[in-house]
Amino acid sequence: MKFRKDGWVVAAGLLAVTASPLAAPPTAAMLSNACAGCHGTQGVSAGPSMPGLAGQSKLSLVESMKGFKSGERPSTIMGRLAKGYSDAEFDAMGEFFSKQKPVPPVQALDKAKIAKGQAVHEKSCARCHVEDGKEPKDNSPIVASQWLKYLQIQMDDYASGKRKMFENKAEKMKPLSREDLDAVAHFYSSVK
Amino acid sequence: MTVDRRNFLKMLGAGAGVSALQGCAGPAPMVAASGGEIMPKSGRRVVVVGGGYGGTIAAKYLRMLDASIEVVLIERNRQFVSCPFSNLVVGGIRQMSDLTIGYDKLASNHGIKMLYGEVTAIDAAAKTVALAAGTLKYDRLILSPGIDFRFEELAGYDPATTPDVMPHAWKAGPQTELLRRQLLAMKDGGSVVITLPLAPYRCPPGPYERANMIALYLKQHKPKSKVIILDANPDITSKGGLFRKGWAKHYPGMITYRGASKVTAVNARNHSVLIEGVEEVKADVINVIPPQRAGNIAVKAGVVGPDMKWCPVNATTFESTLAKDIHVIGDSCIAGAMPKSGYSANSEAKIAATNIVALMNGRETIEISGINTCYSFISEKEAVSVAAVYKVANNAIVSVPNSGGVSPDLSELEAVYAESWLRNILTEMSS
Repeated sequence: MKFRKDGWVVAAGLLAVTASPLAAPPTAAMLSNACAGCHGTQGVSAGPSMPGLAGQSKLSLVESMKGFKSGERPSTIMGRLAKGYSDAEFDAMGEFFSKQKPVPPVQALDKAKIAKGQAVHEKSCARCHVEDGKEPKDNSPIVASQWLKYLQIQMDDYASGKRKMFENKAEKMKPLSREDLDAVAHFYSSVK
Repeated sequence: MTVDRRNFLKMLGAGAGVSALQGCAGPAPMVAASGGEIMPKSGRRVVVVGGGYGGTIAAKYLRMLDASIEVVLIERNRQFVSCPFSNLVVGGIRQMSDLTIGYDKLASNHGIKMLYGEVTAIDAAAKTVALAAGTLKYDRLILSPGIDFRFEELAGYDPATTPDVMPHAWKAGPQTELLRRQLLAMKDGGSVVITLPLAPYRCPPGPYERANMIALYLKQHKPKSKVIILDANPDITSKGGLFRKGWAKHYPGMITYRGASKVTAVNARNHSVLIEGVEEVKADVINVIPPQRAGNIAVKAGVVGPDMKWCPVNATTFESTLAKDIHVIGDSCIAGAMPKSGYSANSEAKIAATNIVALMNGRETIEISGINTCYSFISEKEAVSVAAVYKVANNAIVSVPNSGGVSPDLSELEAVYAESWLRNILTEMSS
């Protein structure tokens, strides 16, 4: 490296961008921290349309990413991002976020809709979304304490047919009205 | 124009810069700070310069990853105003307060020591930074200073006065508000010129989004007016197809795009710019976005490369290839395929923090995995995005093949997500 009189520093030798040759492959934290700009630090989201990932079940996180990658699950940006990762990386990120501590979002909810949603939940959803949506079952996600806006977008995608449902889910969900679905979203958002 | 010593000092604003540069050059001592050492160092310390999209996140993640390292974040201003979404303020659909955050919660939540002041010099050999109040020692230094301008490439441009007449609004804050006021004061039937430099510059799609937001305001309030984009690049540098589609759909006949139209001179008195030294274009409102370089403090630290614009860094640690123990992140650095965007800076900050902690603890460094997501508004309700995942291949940062890309179409849902993008990223920076 040499210093010019004008103050500009000019490298005499190699200037090509280098990477450390001995670096280990990306860790779960390295992979997952990159998501936090949109999903919040350690997966605690502050944006109503972005789901919180902290404390979500690993299986559901991994299934979501695989669905985004294959295009089976509709998305705006997530499909493009998911294509950048391997299944092993989905696994690492799923593990990372499932271990973070969730913080329920502070949001305005409609009490009448919550009550109606609870009834719909008990009749149509409770078999898979167990413990009022607080616990995962198989690859069903935890839906309790999620952002309302995020759940509403998912309900829209189901109702419009954009997001495919497996048979059992479709059987329970198809008879429900848009109002029912919105009420269920309010209910799950309200569960602490 | 070549940068000789006189011009170089002028563009740095002279003053303390003179001594600092002599410091870089070797024989002369570093500028003596008035107050001696401030905040004497006892344990291990990282100093972060610049509290924007990169610096806040670097400081926070350093503390999250190793609370035994003291972190000092130095920032000029008490509040930070986001460049992303500032075009929406120009267009009148967001307020400055939507984009403004403070540092108190970030500092108290993570035990970051905030130091408000301007760094005037950096001594890479002595590992000190100088402020008016005194000097500060570091073990490692992170520079996240954003951009400064290559004003000297625009004939007739006076850095002291031209921005008051022809705002750049490329650092959010008073310049954003000035551009907005000029639009409000303009007559119906007036013309607005936006000029942008050759890439790379901060926020590739930003100037075109700005045209959208200005046109949105004009369409509603001054429909006989025009927007002219004078682009130094041969074609739209980002999301080109989507912007063209948006212009045809929402602002037909209102936006004129001219590629390969590099502005080489400005005339504030005439309210005109000169394309390639030949064609004079007059307008009522002129938004001159000058060519850019790494923030001035990066120049003073001696970490700007031979292009005299940007800072070459190691693609794993973001350590400067020109100065040991100084890391450069955000718009100032050359990060391979990662664009000069807020989200890139966020991602780079976490990578740098991870590997600085590894290096300071004698552990193996970790290969990068990074993301960029960037939204641009087309209208009040529609937005588009570009997204990518980054990794290292052959010692360079590349976009993971067959991933990423731009939106298939204009989207109302993407405008909804864009809003949450802003809330999340500003929350991450401020808490």
